Amino acid sequence: MKLSKVIHIAWQGLNRNKLRSLLTMLGVIIGVSAVIIMVAVSAGTEAAIEEQINTLGTNLLFVQSSFSRGGPGQGMPTGGLVYADAFAIADQISGVMGVVVEQNSSETVRAGNVTIDSVAILGTTPDFPSVRDIEVANGRYFNQTDLDRKQKVAVLGASLAEELFGDTPPVGQVVTVGSTKLTVVGVMAEKGVVGNVDYNSYLFTPITVVFDKFTPDQFARIFGDRVRMIIVEVENQEVMDSVIYQTELLLARRHDVSLEEPDFVIRTQQDIIETQEATTAAFRNLLGWVAGVSLLVGGIGIMNIMLVSVTERTREIGIRQAVGATPNDIRLQFLTEALLLSLVGGLIGVLTGIGGSWLFGELGAMRTVVAPVSILVAFTSAAAVGIFFGYYPADQAAQLDPIEALRHE
Amino acid sequence: MTGQAIIQTIELTKIYGMDGFQVIALQNVDLEIQAGEFVAIMGPSGSGKSTLLNILGCLDRPTSGKYILAGEDVSSLDKTRLAHIRNRRVGFVFQSYNLLARTSALGNVILPLVYNRDNRISETEQRAIALKMLASVGLANRAHHQPHELSGGQAQRVAIARALINDPVLLLADEPTGNLDSRSGQETMALLVELNTQGSTIVIVTHEDEIAAHAKRIIHFRDGRIVTDKLNGARSSATLMKEEAHEAV
Repeated sequence: MKLSKVIHIAWQGLNRNKLRSLLTMLGVIIGVSAVIIMVAVSAGTEAAIEEQINTLGTNLLFVQSSFSRGGPGQGMPTGGLVYADAFAIADQISGVMGVVVEQNSSETVRAGNVTIDSVAILGTTPDFPSVRDIEVANGRYFNQTDLDRKQKVAVLGASLAEELFGDTPPVGQVVTVGSTKLTVVGVMAEKGVVGNVDYNSYLFTPITVVFDKFTPDQFARIFGDRVRMIIVEVENQEVMDSVIYQTELLLARRHDVSLEEPDFVIRTQQDIIETQEATTAAFRNLLGWVAGVSLLVGGIGIMNIMLVSVTERTREIGIRQAVGATPNDIRLQFLTEALLLSLVGGLIGVLTGIGGSWLFGELGAMRTVVAPVSILVAFTSAAAVGIFFGYYPADQAAQLDPIEALRHE
Repeated sequence: MTGQAIIQTIELTKIYGMDGFQVIALQNVDLEIQAGEFVAIMGPSGSGKSTLLNILGCLDRPTSGKYILAGEDVSSLDKTRLAHIRNRRVGFVFQSYNLLARTSALGNVILPLVYNRDNRISETEQRAIALKMLASVGLANRAHHQPHELSGGQAQRVAIARALINDPVLLLADEPTGNLDSRSGQETMALLVELNTQGSTIVIVTHEDEIAAHAKRIIHFRDGRIVTDKLNGARSSATLMKEEAHEAV
């Protein structure tokens, strides 16, 4: 019998019970889509990490305040990093290429008759472009003098400059940020999105200006010149450990804390990536289990329905045997049906998986990249499930005695 | 055509059941049927006539003894080889038609061609052959009807067309008129007689004398043995006269 005929007969068999066939496929559908989403999530994470390494700059250390040691009885933290720590690190530790401190804010920005609400304001230090690996396209970034003198200058992200000024060259123009007028001294080059931060829409200004003008008074009173994070660019990978150790010693001394109980943590890019990977790995493992269990349950479902189908169609089997169908013909027919169930389920699963991956990405839960190989893997496992769980019912059908089968009502 | 043994059984025995409780359905049956014969097998239920027909149709295997079909010993073939024999050498017509439901008359007639490995022909050719076969049983205009849209007589003619499609050496029919009213029954028998006239070797099982009267030879069974085996006077002499007429031409 020709294969196309076998498939045609099997298809007719399934078509007679559309709802039943669909419900039978459900396990395979869930299993396959879980495989696709799982692989898409891990591929997306890898791509995000790779991009982060490429755009973030390399050889970075992230020094963060650790508020686990609150001042006793004060009700507010006393420890933590301060602005001056950054310059101490830059000045006193060898092997440091640059130090960046960041302070975020958000303000309404106006230029001429263009007003944009809730623009992200980033107060930083002059090393920011080199540490973050962003270039200045026009004009200049602010320098140490601007910082020290709290000069009211601004550098615009590429898309922000476009929105505010259109075709007019922004350098030399004045923007009103909140109620403060800043002079634009530069425009940054286009930059890929880092993690979920789009620097293209940022306004950069000396961190001292942010402390002064864009930090609400109540925060200023509590935190003073405290900073959340200091980013240190190290010359190369070889001096990384030495820089970490020196920084720990320096900060412990400056904050008057022991190395055993510091009020700060130093993490490398590797640490951050590992944390991210651990989060997605947990999710990936969960989906892996869902995929495995669904395929197993789906397979059992297929076996169950095929056994029912063989019983229901005993007479049909008898008729086919009577006119010359061999045990192999019958086995092939039912195996093809099981395979078709799992493959159609697999196909729906692939589509659901692609849709699901897209949805995950869209909802911003995590980045996803649908890998073609995952489609292949998912399809192959669906087919394997179909053959494995379809064989027993198909063999039962093949072993039927023609006379018994014909007598079956 | 005549003179060549299509069926030869030697001490054919079939015993059902196991461990102590046994039913002997056939007991040392020796039977020879020549090409071109039209044989009716009669007997009360349980006499073993259906068991014999199932073995002759290769749907079942004897417990012991030999069955030689058109010169080939088929008594000990495996399931696959038996399926090949059923497909190409034997056409089987059942009391309850046994057509595939939800499949057109044409689809039912094509079925044995689909399982025929010796004669691989295109689907278009298969349809053409099946349509021709349906036309020869007078059902050209019913080709696309489903079994439930056919009368009993029509369904049985579809079944006969299906049985003949691979040009078998032997046509077997188990109570072919059992589910039919007397008119359809007579029509069906007329068709079988016509096929026999054209050279088909036919063996039917029946318990109705009227039906058996169409056969040239009538065999009576009882308790798994042949009790009588006689030529049917009227029919066989009619054939004889016809053959003489042929020779005269």
